[in-house]
Amino acid sequence: MQENGLVVVVKRDCPTCVMIAPVLQQLVEQGSLMVYSQDDPAFPEGIADVADDTLLDASYRLDVEIVPTLVRFEDGREVDRTYGWDRAAWESLTGIGDLGADLPAFKPGCGALNQEQDRLAELKIRHDDTPMVSRHVQIGAKEDPIEACYERGWSDGLPVIPPTQTRVLAMLDGTTRSADEVLGLMPSNLDACTVEKVAINAVMAGCRPEYLPVVLAAIEAVLDEDYCLHGTLATTRFVGPVAIVNGPIARQIGMNGRGNALGQGNRANDTIGRAVQLAVRNIGGGKPQGVDRATLGNPGKISYCFCEDEEGSAWAPLTVDRGLAAGANAVTVFAGYGLQGVIDDLARTPEELVETMAASLRAVDNVKKFPGPDCLLVVCPEHERTFMEGRWDKARVHKELMARMAVPADSVLRGLGGMAEGVKPEMAGKTVSKLLPNGLMIVRAGGGAGKFSGIIAGWTPGTPESSRPVTKEVKT
Amino acid sequence: MSLNDALLDPTGERETSERPRLARPLSLDGLTVGVLDISKARGDVFLERVAALIEARGIKVKRYRKPTVARTAPMAIQQAIVAEADVVVEGLAD
Repeated sequence: MQENGLVVVVKRDCPTCVMIAPVLQQLVEQGSLMVYSQDDPAFPEGIADVADDTLLDASYRLDVEIVPTLVRFEDGREVDRTYGWDRAAWESLTGIGDLGADLPAFKPGCGALNQEQDRLAELKIRHDDTPMVSRHVQIGAKEDPIEACYERGWSDGLPVIPPTQTRVLAMLDGTTRSADEVLGLMPSNLDACTVEKVAINAVMAGCRPEYLPVVLAAIEAVLDEDYCLHGTLATTRFVGPVAIVNGPIARQIGMNGRGNALGQGNRANDTIGRAVQLAVRNIGGGKPQGVDRATLGNPGKISYCFCEDEEGSAWAPLTVDRGLAAGANAVTVFAGYGLQGVIDDLARTPEELVETMAASLRAVDNVKKFPGPDCLLVVCPEHERTFMEGRWDKARVHKELMARMAVPADSVLRGLGGMAEGVKPEMAGKTVSKLLPNGLMIVRAGGGAGKFSGIIAGWTPGTPESSRPVTKEVKT
Repeated sequence: MSLNDALLDPTGERETSERPRLARPLSLDGLTVGVLDISKARGDVFLERVAALIEARGIKVKRYRKPTVARTAPMAIQQAIVAEADVVVEGLAD
């Protein structure tokens, strides 16, 4: 940029720029103006030394928003600028009277090319003007970026979206949180988990930027001591993080809490859960055959995320059960696995249906395992309707289920029924319960047809030493 | 792909250099052996037998126990082991 004098940035595609071409020519001839053209260095015709700014570097440095933009420099510093065509402003800025006498007094300009989203991202990266500080991994021009990610061990087994600077910069636009904010130390390596690192993994998972606040809340939840991420990783049991999203944000980002809520086919559900798992893998080092010692694992360890169908349900949402206000945007993370179906086509009363659900809960893990793991019961709409016809709200269902978790120890003793598993002989004569008092969460999700609810079983009984569900509000 | 648009490392960028293992002592004479029970089922039975065999050779044994297998050892236990024991035996699986 020059030390003294005038600079104007124009583009051929702007009718105002075309209209003022004679004015520009006059100023150039008077020796005081340097013209930068954003789209065509042959424009404006008749001016010999138009600077080619098709790469937009000068426009970016000037932070031009509108073309034409006219700037005055003195001693290398900008002292004045105007944009569009405003004769009075141009005369004042140039100190030359009677400019463009045959032109209208005023005509607004057009948007500058350097402000277009994709060009702006490219410029920020080229000018090293981004908040990202992660190590750059250059790959060969002929190398397939997806294969490069596989080779570096960044994938969960499925192809990942290569986390280019452009994509990560766009992802970070999804949150107002600072890229360098540390959410916590990610087990098992205990490396700092920053917003930037989560954003990179969210790109790889296939998230859109507007999902990032939900991913960040889920990560904050698994990093909470109560969730016990290290233990749930290192265990030989099945579990991984199951994320349940509540609040209006679920609908705003297009999540699915209705038909096939726990299945495939919804980008937000599938990629948010995957982003959490990729972050655990890549930031924390929690890889299968490494720290992750699962015997079988479960398919949900690729991704396990859905939202509660709050609009379709008469019940209070999970967020209220978890102590937040109704309507709060929040993510609850539960160490869980699989889905055990609870089918009851015939129950027409709450009393009948609750017996089926209780018996199914008592069978989790092993029919003779007492206590069993914490459980998340996903009630489908038709089953909710059966409960509501008897005016059972969710609290009532919870209470009635818990009342049915206790059985005589004598019915589940070790060796009974030819099964070695069971409760210890010294428990004979006592009562044992399948669930600890705080061991059951209930959510409402699923499609409108089918009396098919489901149980997502947890890791172990949720004592303070084990894993407990954690709920975090979504910060946008 | 543009050279300017490098991939960003999604990992914790931990140094990849391997940490060398401590050299194993040639003899346990004069050393203190820590025995760490991580609370895995029946780990205590196994470790108590190991401890008895070591003690029978006249070697000092210190016993430690994690409160739960589900979580890493509390800092106090880690520090006690570092301060008091020269080598550690633990049982990892049931």
